[in-house]
Amino acid sequence: MAADPIAQFQIKKIVTLGHIGPYEIALTNSAVFMIAAVVVIVGGILAATRGQTLIPGRFQSIAEITYEFVAGTVRSTAGNEGMKFFPLVFSLFTFILVLNMFGMIPGFFTVMSHIAITGALAALVILTVIIYGLYKNGFKFFKLFWPSGVPLFVMPLIVVIEILSFLSRPLSLSVRLFANMLAGHITLKVFASFIGLLATALGVAGWAVGILPFGMLIALTALELLVAFLQAYVFTILTCLYLNDAIHPGH
Amino acid sequence: MATNTTTQSQTAKAPFPPFQGETFPSQLFWLVICFVALYVLLSRVALPRLSHAIENRQSRIAGDLETASRLRNESEAAQASYEKALADARAKAQALASESQAKAAAEAEAQRKQLEDGLKAKLEAAEKQIASTKSAAMSNVRGIAVDTAGLIVERLTGKTPAKQSVERAVDAALH
Repeated sequence: MAADPIAQFQIKKIVTLGHIGPYEIALTNSAVFMIAAVVVIVGGILAATRGQTLIPGRFQSIAEITYEFVAGTVRSTAGNEGMKFFPLVFSLFTFILVLNMFGMIPGFFTVMSHIAITGALAALVILTVIIYGLYKNGFKFFKLFWPSGVPLFVMPLIVVIEILSFLSRPLSLSVRLFANMLAGHITLKVFASFIGLLATALGVAGWAVGILPFGMLIALTALELLVAFLQAYVFTILTCLYLNDAIHPGH
Repeated sequence: MATNTTTQSQTAKAPFPPFQGETFPSQLFWLVICFVALYVLLSRVALPRLSHAIENRQSRIAGDLETASRLRNESEAAQASYEKALADARAKAQALASESQAKAAAEAEAQRKQLEDGLKAKLEAAEKQIASTKSAAMSNVRGIAVDTAGLIVERLTGKTPAKQSVERAVDAALH
């Protein structure tokens, strides 16, 4: 019963599919949940909009509220011009949210607890920002590091800070999501294993005392549900803010 | 939890799972496939359908609101025209009443004046007749008085007075 709290993050091979160069490509537990997330998101929206009704049903409401929520976030942070990135932002938000929520189901794998995944998503966002920013604004994109209205003698310092803050964006974006999911799930596992430990160590009395970590576990589960949503939202809103920089550089 | 115990012996030796580099190619491979699939399916199929449903409803609501406001304007216009017709009719009736009243008053006035004129003329004629009758009577009185006075003087004195002096005396007495 006293399972290693780290074991839940182990990537397990299901089938080895082949090799690309020296790298082994396998269908893993992580891959299964990513595929499931795509199926749930796309299938869910398609099912919700199949019998389009004027008065939305429960599922259509969920889909529409999510749509309006993401669209509102994009519009308020990146303006109407930012709406061209709406499919990307919507994909990121729903992908992270659904995978985080999958992670809350006991026994399910938490895909976003891996730095490779969050790092790749952060890289996608930052590369989109840089490529679109250069494509749309050309050299003016570098005004991002040259804020207006700053006295000239502090400018070198400001430019260094701006460049450092820009470079730290992919790092903070990926590590925030990864670390939050990882830490939350380790905590859950630790408190859950306390119950088992107490029960095996103290017998019936252990079951009684075990109510304490059990209550803690319930509270933490509620907190983790919030964190699962919040981290998806934070990733989304930061993506929008960075895209706003690409659309309107020079503050 | 039960399945975790089988891998525990492996993980004890292996590094922390998120930092196991050999799992990265598989993870990234599936991430690219899944995320590209998600992006394409959402942007091409799912999101247009969803936005279509939302826009449909919004345009329907906007259309309904527009119809409602148009109908309200129409009913307000109808009420205004009804009230205007009512006011017109009332004003017309009032004008008609006052006109006929004025006409009746004018007619009565004319009739009264005509009657008055007739009476006045009759009165004047009567007065003239009285005056002529009076003067005629007065001239008869003078002749009678002169004759009578002449006869009285003749009877008393036995002499016939001169007609001229009698007339002078009578005139002096009459006036």
